[in-house]
Amino acid sequence: MIAARRLLIAAAPPTLAFAALLALWEGIVRFYGIAPYVLPAPSAIFATLVEERALLFSSAATTLLVALEALALATLCGAALALVMSQSKWLERTLTPYAVMLQVTPIIAIAPLLLVYLSPAQAVLVCAFLVAFFPILSNTALGLASVDHALLDLFDLYRASPWKRLIYLRAPAALPQFLAGLRIAGGLALIGAVAAELAAGSAGQGAGLAFRIVEAGFRLDVPRMFAALTLLSFMGVAIYGALSLLTHVALRRWHESARTRSG
Amino acid sequence: MTLQRQHSEAIQEPSTPPGSLRSARDDALVSFEKVGKSFGAATALRALDFDVYPGETLTLLGPSGCGKSTALRLLAGLAQPTSGEIRWNCAAAREKIGFVFQEATLLPWADVFANVYLPLRLAGVARRDAAPRVSEALELVGLAQFPRALPRELSGGMKMRCAIARALVMRPALLLMDEPFAALDEVTRWKLNDELLTLKARLGATIVFVTHSVLESAFLSTRVVVLAAKGGGIVDEIAVDPKLKRDADFRLSSEFMSVCRRASQALQRAMSGARP
Repeated sequence: MIAARRLLIAAAPPTLAFAALLALWEGIVRFYGIAPYVLPAPSAIFATLVEERALLFSSAATTLLVALEALALATLCGAALALVMSQSKWLERTLTPYAVMLQVTPIIAIAPLLLVYLSPAQAVLVCAFLVAFFPILSNTALGLASVDHALLDLFDLYRASPWKRLIYLRAPAALPQFLAGLRIAGGLALIGAVAAELAAGSAGQGAGLAFRIVEAGFRLDVPRMFAALTLLSFMGVAIYGALSLLTHVALRRWHESARTRSG
Repeated sequence: MTLQRQHSEAIQEPSTPPGSLRSARDDALVSFEKVGKSFGAATALRALDFDVYPGETLTLLGPSGCGKSTALRLLAGLAQPTSGEIRWNCAAAREKIGFVFQEATLLPWADVFANVYLPLRLAGVARRDAAPRVSEALELVGLAQFPRALPRELSGGMKMRCAIARALVMRPALLLMDEPFAALDEVTRWKLNDELLTLKARLGATIVFVTHSVLESAFLSTRVVVLAAKGGGIVDEIAVDPKLKRDADFRLSSEFMSVCRRASQALQRAMSGARP
C-alpha cells in the first residue's frame, strides 16, 4: 500500500510533465493549423499508429527481434572473450586493439561493406552485434579485473582451482559491471539494427522499422514517420527498462548501485 | 580438542631428522631463517630470523613498513621469500593455516553462513556436511543468530567476527592475523581481544598476530617480537608469562605496564632506525 503510494508520488511529476508537453504540442498544431506533413499533432500520430498497426507492429517486431538476437549473441561472445582475456595479459594486449577499432569505427560506415558480403538480414544482425559487443566486453573485463586483492589472497590460501575461483569469486564480483555493460549494449543493439536497416534499405514483408521511416520519408508521410519513431523509442525504453529491472533483481541484496541510501 | 591433538603430534613428530644441526629449534612449529623479501628494487624484509612455537601467541609489532605483514604473508605461503628459508617442522600446521586479513574481506554478495562455508566449499565439502562445522564456528564468534545476514548489514566488529569464524571453520593449527582489529574502535577492539583469548583458550591454536598497537600486543601475546623499520629485523623480543590471567585487571597490572613500557621503548628504537 505504502509502496504503491510512493510509486505514484514518484511517477506523478514526470507523467504530468509528459502529458503537458503533448497537450502543448497538440495545442500549437491546432492553433496555428500546421499541416500534418510539416508537423503532425500527437493525436494524428496516435491515429496513424492505430490505423497502420499491422504494418508498423510487424516491422517493429522484426527490428526488436534482430536487436535482441544481436544482444544475446554479444552477451555470450563479449563475456566469453572478456573471460579469455582475463586469463592472460598477453591475449588481452593482442585482442584489445581490434575490439577498440571495431568500437570507434562508426557502424553506419561498416554496414555498406557488410551488405556486400551478407544478405540484408544477416548484415543487420552483424551490425547490431558489433555495436553491442564492445560495452559488454570492456565492462566484463573491467569487472573481472577489479576483484578485491585480499579475496584473491584468500582463494590462494585455500588453493582454489581456477574454476572455483571463477564461479565463487570473479564472476559474482564482475556481475555489477557486466550488467552495466548489458544495459548500455541493449540500447546500442537497437541503434546498430536501425543503422544497418537504413543502410540496407530492404523493402518487403520482413522490413524493419527503420526502413518504414525511410519509406515514409520518400512519400512525405510524416505522421507515419513519427509513428514509427515513437515505436522505436518505446522499444528502446522497454529494453532499457527490462535490463534495469534485471540488474535490480540481481543486485538489490548486496550491491550499492541497486540500493537506496535510506534502505 | 582436535587442534590440541594436532599440536602434540607436531611436537612428537618433527619432520627434521634426528641429529640435525638445528636441534635447538626443533621444537618450533616453523622457523624463519634469514628470510628476505624484496619487491623489485624495494626491500620489505632483510634476513629475518624468528621461530613460532606450538601453542604460543606471537605478536609481530612494528612501525609501518617494518615488514610485519610481509612476514605473515610469507608464513601463509601467499608470497615466496627472495632469500633465506622458511623451515616447517610440522607439515600438518602448514596445511592448516587460517588467515584473518586487515579488512574483513567477506564476499559482499554472500550471507554470513556462505562466507564462513567458503573455505569448506573450496575444499569440496558439501553444504549439508559442512553445516554443523559452520554453525560451530559461528557459535564460537557469537554470530549464531545471524547466518542469513549480509556483510553490509553487519557492524565492523561483526564483520571481523565473521572473518574469524571463516578462518576457524577449517580448524587451523596456525592462525595468522594481520592487524585484524586496526580499523575498529577502541571498545570493540578490547572486546574482540577478550574474545580472541577465549577462543584461543578453547581451541589451543598457535596464533601469529601482527599489530602496530603496543597495548594490543601486550594484552594478547605470550611473546612480542618488535621489528625495525624498513624490514631491518628484530629490535627486541619480550616474553610475557603465559600463566598470567588476561582479563580487565591484567590491563591495569604492573606486568602489563612493564611489557608495554619495554615494547614502547623497542618501538621507539625501531622507528629511529635502530638495527638489531
